[in-house]
Amino acid sequence: MKRSYNFGYFIAEGFRSIFTHGLMSFAAVFMILACLIIMGSFSLVAVNFERELGQLEADNQFLAFVDETYTREQAQAIQAKLEALENVSYVEFTTKEQAKENYAAKYAGDQNQELYEELPTEVFRDRYAVHMKDISLMNETIDQVEGVEGIDGHQAAPEITEGFVMVRNVAAGVALILIVLLLLISLFIIYNTIKLGTFTRREEITIMKMCGATNGFVRAPFVVEGMLLGLAGAVLAFFAQWGVYSLIAHAIDTGSTIQLITVIPFQEMWKGVLAVFAATGLVVGTGGSVMAIHKFLQV
Amino acid sequence: MIRFIDVQKTYDNGTKALKGVSLRIDDGEFAFLVGPSGSGKSTIIKLITGEEEPTDGRLMVNGYNMGSIRNRQLPYMRRTLGVIFQDFRLIEKKTVWENLEFVMRAVGASPREIRKRIPYVLDLVGLTRKDDRYPDQLSGGEQQRVAIARALVNNPHMIIADEPTGNLDPGRSLEIMMLLEKINELGTTMLVVTHEKELVNRFSKRVIAIENGRIISDETGGYYKNEEII
Repeated sequence: MKRSYNFGYFIAEGFRSIFTHGLMSFAAVFMILACLIIMGSFSLVAVNFERELGQLEADNQFLAFVDETYTREQAQAIQAKLEALENVSYVEFTTKEQAKENYAAKYAGDQNQELYEELPTEVFRDRYAVHMKDISLMNETIDQVEGVEGIDGHQAAPEITEGFVMVRNVAAGVALILIVLLLLISLFIIYNTIKLGTFTRREEITIMKMCGATNGFVRAPFVVEGMLLGLAGAVLAFFAQWGVYSLIAHAIDTGSTIQLITVIPFQEMWKGVLAVFAATGLVVGTGGSVMAIHKFLQV
Repeated sequence: MIRFIDVQKTYDNGTKALKGVSLRIDDGEFAFLVGPSGSGKSTIIKLITGEEEPTDGRLMVNGYNMGSIRNRQLPYMRRTLGVIFQDFRLIEKKTVWENLEFVMRAVGASPREIRKRIPYVLDLVGLTRKDDRYPDQLSGGEQQRVAIARALVNNPHMIIADEPTGNLDPGRSLEIMMLLEKINELGTTMLVVTHEKELVNRFSKRVIAIENGRIISDETGGYYKNEEII
């Protein structure tokens, strides 16, 4: 019951402490800002890379051929069954006539172009291009598609799929390791920055302890201070990240050499970036202050 | 009440600070603890405040067994004590009022209790109109009065004053000692550690003398006799 009296006091003390120890507070906010921008920049590159990979993956497909004895109507009726399969994203039906045209078009300009154009339509079969949700499950999906009545054979390139899966796994692994590493470095830097600030206040902590303050009471204003510093660093880092990202995105979009890359607009990601920055700032600020003050509580 | 029963204290570096101290200070008493540097006075204070644990023997402080007290209980034991230091140890960035307020906050006092108690204590120590001053705006004597007010504000059973007049001139020292006597008359047990022979002898109180980790004399209405140990 009595604890509730102190809630406002802790907030007020946390705020006051930030301004009382202005230089250390500035250093802590700056460190959080710097760490978050480094971490954020890397993460945003990873997000862009992930999307590029995702688009490439989405283009990856395999062909499922329709039984030659099926009529056009029967062949088209299979579509619903295929799309009902769990890992199938969508399917595209291509008649054998269209398939022949596509084939001929692919070799347009070739010296044997006439030969391709004169191929009989019967050589081709009605087919479905099957797009998957998760290309790492390609083999299982092929088995399921083969099990659908009216499907007779398939054409796939699993080595390309495996390549994509490997690249994605490596990229995700590297991103995760680097983000965790940067997070730990941030925590260490914040811990030391706040510890330095706390060191100058060890006398204050000793007095509090000698007057009968519990560890919780001593710790609370420092935790509030850490949270506020973390949040301040996060908000500043968010705007700085926005600026840096927009500049780089603009340079890529208008550059002549790297037009193949499509950069995700920051406006599409700002909520996520702000949430991650705020959460990281809070965790790092709070964790850093709790760790920093721990030593001085042993009175 | 404080009770030492054959208490020994040996520090990690092998220094034997206390060699079997037995001592009892009852509620409401006023006692001086005197002795030369290194005699064990500070160790006695540290044992009472829970900064150190006894190596052997039994120590009770206001109902807490200091040999087996848990860390969690330590703040609650300390709330039964008020500690005054030679160097005042006020928080420089807090006003007089705030220096007292945070101590009351620490024990969960309500704002209403704080508003009521602080003016009373400041009046008691003679600092009624200085509640908005910062420590560096006060004289040494006034700073020590704030420290006394801080020790008193939570109405402890006992006040321990560690060389409370060590940084003050004789005039201010006497004032502070008289203030401590007044507080004792209001019912608070007082243990004053000091080097100051004249001051001790001016008040006819209990004098506990310690030397080389042993109590060498303990007399009510006693005097600080041994000039060599000053």
